[in-house]
Parts: sequence; structure tokens; C-alpha cells
Amino acid sequence: MNTIPKKSFAQKWHIKALVWTAIVLALFIASCAMTGVDVGAFLTGFNQFMQIFYEMLKPDWSYVPFTIKPIIQTIQMALIGTLVGSIIAVPFAVLAARNIVTNTVIRGTIRFILNLVRTLPDLMLAAVFVAVVGIGPMAGVLTLAIFSFGMISKLFYEAIETIDMGPIEALTAAGATKTQVVWFAVLPQVYNHFLSYFLYTFEINVRASTILGYLGAGGIGELLQRSLGQFRYDRTAIVVIGTFIVVVVVDTLSNQLRERLQ
Amino acid sequence: MQEGTPIIEFNDVNKVYPNGTVGLDNINLTINKGEFVVIVGLSGAGKSTLLRAANRLHDVSSGEILIDGQSIVTAKGKQLREVRRNIAMIFQNFNLVKRSTVEKNILNGRVGYYPTWKTIFGLFSAADKQQAAANLQRVNLGEKLYSRADELSGGQQQRVAIARALMQEPKIMLADEPIASLDPRTTVMVMDDLKKLNEELGITVVVNLHSVSLAKQYASRVVGLRAGKLVYDKQIGDVQDGDFDEIYDGKNQEVKEA
Ligand SMILES: Nc1ncnc2c1ncn2[C@@H]1O[C@H](COP(=O)(O)OP(=O)(O)O)[C@@H](O)[C@H]1O
Ligand SMILES: [Mg+2]
Repeated sequence: MNTIPKKSFAQKWHIKALVWTAIVLALFIASCAMTGVDVGAFLTGFNQFMQIFYEMLKPDWSYVPFTIKPIIQTIQMALIGTLVGSIIAVPFAVLAARNIVTNTVIRGTIRFILNLVRTLPDLMLAAVFVAVVGIGPMAGVLTLAIFSFGMISKLFYEAIETIDMGPIEALTAAGATKTQVVWFAVLPQVYNHFLSYFLYTFEINVRASTILGYLGAGGIGELLQRSLGQFRYDRTAIVVIGTFIVVVVVDTLSNQLRERLQ
Repeated sequence: MQEGTPIIEFNDVNKVYPNGTVGLDNINLTINKGEFVVIVGLSGAGKSTLLRAANRLHDVSSGEILIDGQSIVTAKGKQLREVRRNIAMIFQNFNLVKRSTVEKNILNGRVGYYPTWKTIFGLFSAADKQQAAANLQRVNLGEKLYSRADELSGGQQQRVAIARALMQEPKIMLADEPIASLDPRTTVMVMDDLKKLNEELGITVVVNLHSVSLAKQYASRVVGLRAGKLVYDKQIGDVQDGDFDEIYDGKNQEVKEA
């Protein structure tokens, strides 16, 4: 009963781990071959990368003043985009919640639309909006609004589905309209969730909007593209540092606020 | 039987839940203005179903329910909301919005009197805000007006729920086991509050209770349900001590209460 058993052969030689390593390696090599990824080119590219990296170690500090406005624009884009998207998400989330809308046709249609919106990649949206409304922050705002809408509406209807149904009953019994029931019995229960999702999406959008600029959708990303195009890696360094600071500051603030909301 | 003006009438009311459970089985019951009716019965007898049929939180399967002479079974939209406005309800779990202030919760009882857009912009009249404070004072909780509802004890929350119900200026007050989650001391406060509304404001009160002794103490009339059927109906003066054995299946009702 109490004697320690001998390790089996497989256990002794870690057969499982070896087999898995072999499988992963084989898959890696096979997919490199199939997609035509040349690992060698990546290694020679590494030299070039080191070259750029050296240049970036000597940032052009005189460029800093030129980055202020685009950075503010990036934050503004993220803020407006998140705000517009999340406000539009509220009625959709209410209509998608199982405990509020019992009509399966309405709820099914709304959920289908929400699922569809969430499948759209944000970079594709940005490319389309740049084509439609032209280069500039408007394209960025629209992209972020749609992305935020898709994300918040789902998080939000899931939150609504966990609320206490008691107040809904109380308001209905008092002769409230459907809208009043939602406004007075549903939304106060999920208000903190909403703020928390808003901040979380805002964080993601600040990060995303730095990239969107690269596609011509406004903000700091445009400077990134310009400096790289001009081989001014000393300026690229400034843009990268600025982006980094903004993202860290926004993340920290938003995290602290969200913790307080709990 | 004393004569009175009917305010709630159940005529041949049946309720079968979608899963086949019989909630109400051919109920005929007339409640008159000013009565304090206590409905007793085992858990699952249909007490909650009966109350929720009266303000149509549940639809019935057949039969007619008249509130002050007007059918609530066929009422729709605005008409239904106006009938509901006259019927306040309080619940076992209080059903307050816990994150909102006491004042907001009390004003929630008034929304049926306003167009939707006005309430959404928070445009309650000064008179209604004063009334909210006055109703809170009526249940002796005046100093809690600006507290958050979840800071209050269970008994206090139930009294806030009564203040909210009073905002409706109801003719009828339905209470579904209002004291089931309260301790004995707050139980007395809540029951006394209901008794006062009945005597001072003339509101017709219908209360579901588990406890036969409380029923005898507060009711002007006791109605018994068993398996969805109305099996007992007497004015308080006619109630005999052995009466409840039938409602409670011959079991000792004080054990049932525990
Ligand atoms: N939503 C529902 N669906 C199906 N059956 C229900 C539902 N609500 C109540 N019932 C059933 O109807 C009967 C009466 O319930 P209820 O009115 O809640 O009794 P009481 O309030 O006297 O305890 C019970 O058998 C209960 O299980
Ligand atoms: Mg019940």
C-alpha cells in the first residue's frame, strides 16, 4: 500500500514531452515550408534591425514638440470613438439581453448584427473608412466607434443578463413603461459595469489608434509612418517613446479607476 | 358577511403554467374596499400566483379579474399601466434598486404618473419629492433619504418599499410574504405599517402570509388556498382555532411556520 512505485518506462524518459516537442517542431517546419517563410531572411534582416536600433538610440529630441499635437489627436480619436460606440451599444445590449427581451426574433436579429460587427477586423475598417471619408482622424474615429460598439455591446448584454430581476417586477407593478423599467430598474444595476467596460475599451483604442494612423487614419501613427518613410529613425525613436508613455499613462489611470469601480 | 363595495373580483379564474403546473384552480373571490385580507396556505398553494394575477405580472389562462370594476385581464398598454398604478405591491425580497439612493427608489413608485421622457430627465415635481420624504417619515426612516438602499437592513428596506408603494397613491396594496425574510421585531413594524395604511388611508390590503398567528392578529378576513383552490374564507370574527388544519393538510401549522 505505502511503497513508492517504480517509474514506468514512459515516465522515466519523459516520452510524452519528447513526442510533443517533436510534433511541434515538425509542424513549425512544415508551416514555414508551406507559407514560404524564409527563416534565413529573418536572420539577415536582423542585422538591418540592429542598424536601425543603433540609430534609434540617438533620438532627435528637437522633434518632441511636433509629436504633442498628434498624440493629443490620438487620445481624442480614441475618446470620441469609444464614447460614440459605447453609447450606441446601450440600446442594442438591452435588446440583446435574454431577461429583458423575450421575443426571440427581435433578440436573435440584434445578436446576429452584433456578431457580424464583431467579426470585422479594425484594420480593414480603417482601410475602408480612409477610402470613404478620406485620410484623417474622421476615419480613425469611425473605425474605433464601430470596434467599441461591437465589443461593449456584448460585454454589456452579458452583464445585463446577470442583474436582479426584482426591481423590474417592482417597476412594472407600479405602472412603468418598458423604457422606464429599463431606465430605472436595469441601467442603475449595470452602471458600474458600463463605466468599467468603457475604460477598458478606451485603453485598447488608445493602443489601436496609434496603429490606425499608419493607415492614414490620423494621430501619432502618421508620424510613425512619415519618419520611417524618410529613414529618420532618430525621429521614429521619439514617436515610439511618446506612444509608449501615452499607453502606459492611460492604462495605469484606467486600471486604477476600474479597480475603484469594483 | 358585511356588505361592501367590491374592489378586486376574481371570477372563475384558472392559471396553468406553461409546464402544466396548476397555479390557480377555478378561483372565485371578491375583496371589498377597506378590507385587510390575509391569504394563508402551504408553500406552493398558489398565493403568489393569485397576487400576481391581480396586477397582471402573470397572465391567467381563463376567467376574469376586475379591479374597481375594470378588467385587468384584457387591459392593454396605457390602460393597463393606469390600472397598475392604483395597485401597489411589496415583495418578500423588497425589490429595491440596491445601488440607487432611498429617495430614487421611492420616486420609482411615481413614474407611472409621468410621461416617459420627463422621468428620464429626472423631472419629478417638487411636490412629489416632498411627498417621497413624507412617505419615508411615515415609516419612521426620514434620516435615510439620501442613503444607498443597500446600506439599510432588511426591515428598513422593506419599509422603504412601503414608502415607494405609497407614492403610487394606491387604492390597493398587495404584499407577497412581506415579512418572510425579516426578524420578529421588524416583522411587527412592517405589519403595523400595513395596518396603519389600511386604517388611516383606507387602502385595501391583501397580504400573503405563512404564519397563521400573524393572520389572526392583523386580518379582517382570512382566505385559505390549497393546491390552487380556494378552500377557506372567513371574517376574522368567525375564525375558529381548529380551522386551519384543513388548509395545512391536517399538519400542525405552527411547525409549518418554522
Ligand atoms: N413560473 C412558474 N412556472 C411553473 N410553475 C410555477 C411557476 N411559478 C409558480 N409555479 C408553481 O405554481 C404553484 C403555485 O406557486 P406559488 O403561487 O408561488 O405558491 P405560493 O406562493 O403559495 O408558495 C407551485 O406548484 C409552483 O411550483
Ligand atoms: Mg409565494
